[in-house]
Amino acid sequence: MRRDISHEKIKDTVARLCIDANYFLGNDMIQAFKSYIENEESDTGRDILKQLLRNAEIAEKEQVPLCQDCGFAVVFLEIGTGVCFEGNIIEAINDGVRKGYTEGYLRKSILSDPVKGKNTNDNTPAIIHTTFVPGDKIKITVAPKGGGSENMSEVKMMKPADGIEGVKDFVVDRVLRSSSNPCPPTVVGVGIGGTFEYVAFLAKKALLRNIGERNTDPFYADIERELLQRINNLGIGPMGLGGRTTSLDVFIETHPRHIASFPVAVNINCHVARHKTAII
Amino acid sequence: MSESAIITPPLSDDDIMKLKIGDRVLITGKILTGRDSAHKRLFDLIKEGKSLPVDVKGQIIYYVGPAPAKPGYVIGSAGPTTSYRMDPYAPLLMEHGLKGMIGKGVRSQPVRDAMKQFKAVYLAATGGAGALIAKNIKSARIVAYEDLGPEAIRELEVENFPVIVANDAYGGDLYQEGIKQYRR
Repeated sequence: MRRDISHEKIKDTVARLCIDANYFLGNDMIQAFKSYIENEESDTGRDILKQLLRNAEIAEKEQVPLCQDCGFAVVFLEIGTGVCFEGNIIEAINDGVRKGYTEGYLRKSILSDPVKGKNTNDNTPAIIHTTFVPGDKIKITVAPKGGGSENMSEVKMMKPADGIEGVKDFVVDRVLRSSSNPCPPTVVGVGIGGTFEYVAFLAKKALLRNIGERNTDPFYADIERELLQRINNLGIGPMGLGGRTTSLDVFIETHPRHIASFPVAVNINCHVARHKTAII
Repeated sequence: MSESAIITPPLSDDDIMKLKIGDRVLITGKILTGRDSAHKRLFDLIKEGKSLPVDVKGQIIYYVGPAPAKPGYVIGSAGPTTSYRMDPYAPLLMEHGLKGMIGKGVRSQPVRDAMKQFKAVYLAATGGAGALIAKNIKSARIVAYEDLGPEAIRELEVENFPVIVANDAYGGDLYQEGIKQYRR
């Protein structure tokens, strides 16, 4: 089965996802704020969580970005093997990012070269992760990623002897050292296994889950719960000013590993945990 | 100081000494914006003994790179950026009269020491609440470094702009105190 998908269709879909992700906070996040307000012991912490709810209301009603850092446009593609493109899909995605960030009044934060560069003024190029799946559709997820939380991320090549306890300690310590910087309450993505570069991808991919969506393996689901509790006992609290609500969830993604290697990655998302998906 | 006191720049040493960590403060009046690139330029000018394009004496700098304004708006979403990136530059600006910094996240020891030495405060705004904070900004105009786009130095007129004193001129640090209080 072969199905043609046009440049325009991909461009318009990506543009809409960029805008929607920046204007509309996921309902899972809204519900999480509400439930964590109930348990927050710090007055300042509760006030901040209420401000975040109010911020989401204003952004949605007025159709303005939740946060001024509208992120690096990270795009996940699951391409059905039966799909045929007219032209170049990478160009179509970047055209979509350009359109979305310009027409949506989103901040452009990308420098053309990491050392010598100037602002590209249209937030391109996107970071694009591609996988192929059976079928004749494309699933596109746009997850704009802010710099403040991204900067608190880390890959560690652990020793196999460190075991799962070593992983847990690393994750909790990474969140502790991040303190207020990634805009807590955060969402914590953890990758375990694979290679140096792949484990970072796993940690990023983990951030695409909705709050409360546990790893399907009960072993890792239990570790996610345990890590969340340990992190929320750190006392960092909303915006790092002290309190019970440091993270709203922890998500673990895993992959087979080499017998000699035990890579672990932590990718932290701020409370503006943006990701929107469309299937075309 | 009582809850939600209002401060208006320019600030004096006396104004600063009234502020303690945990105080909730509303800023009304004019503040400046500046982040990474603008700070580097100001820092380099001072080092070269040249004059600055803006007078920082008694002023507050807000670490922000706003989103573009939609038609009919004075500014786009405008929450604070992470402050530690400005740590290498902040002490020299305080030495030249800067009295307040608004941002998010902990500051380095040299910055905290400089706040004590030069009588200045660090004010925490809610990171990520850019749409909400923009409501307290009544006007915005670029006053230097237009070429830096979102990083240009702007003068903002703000009204009841809500912040919490995170570091005071007595050496207090709300981030450390907060964790101490709530850690289990």
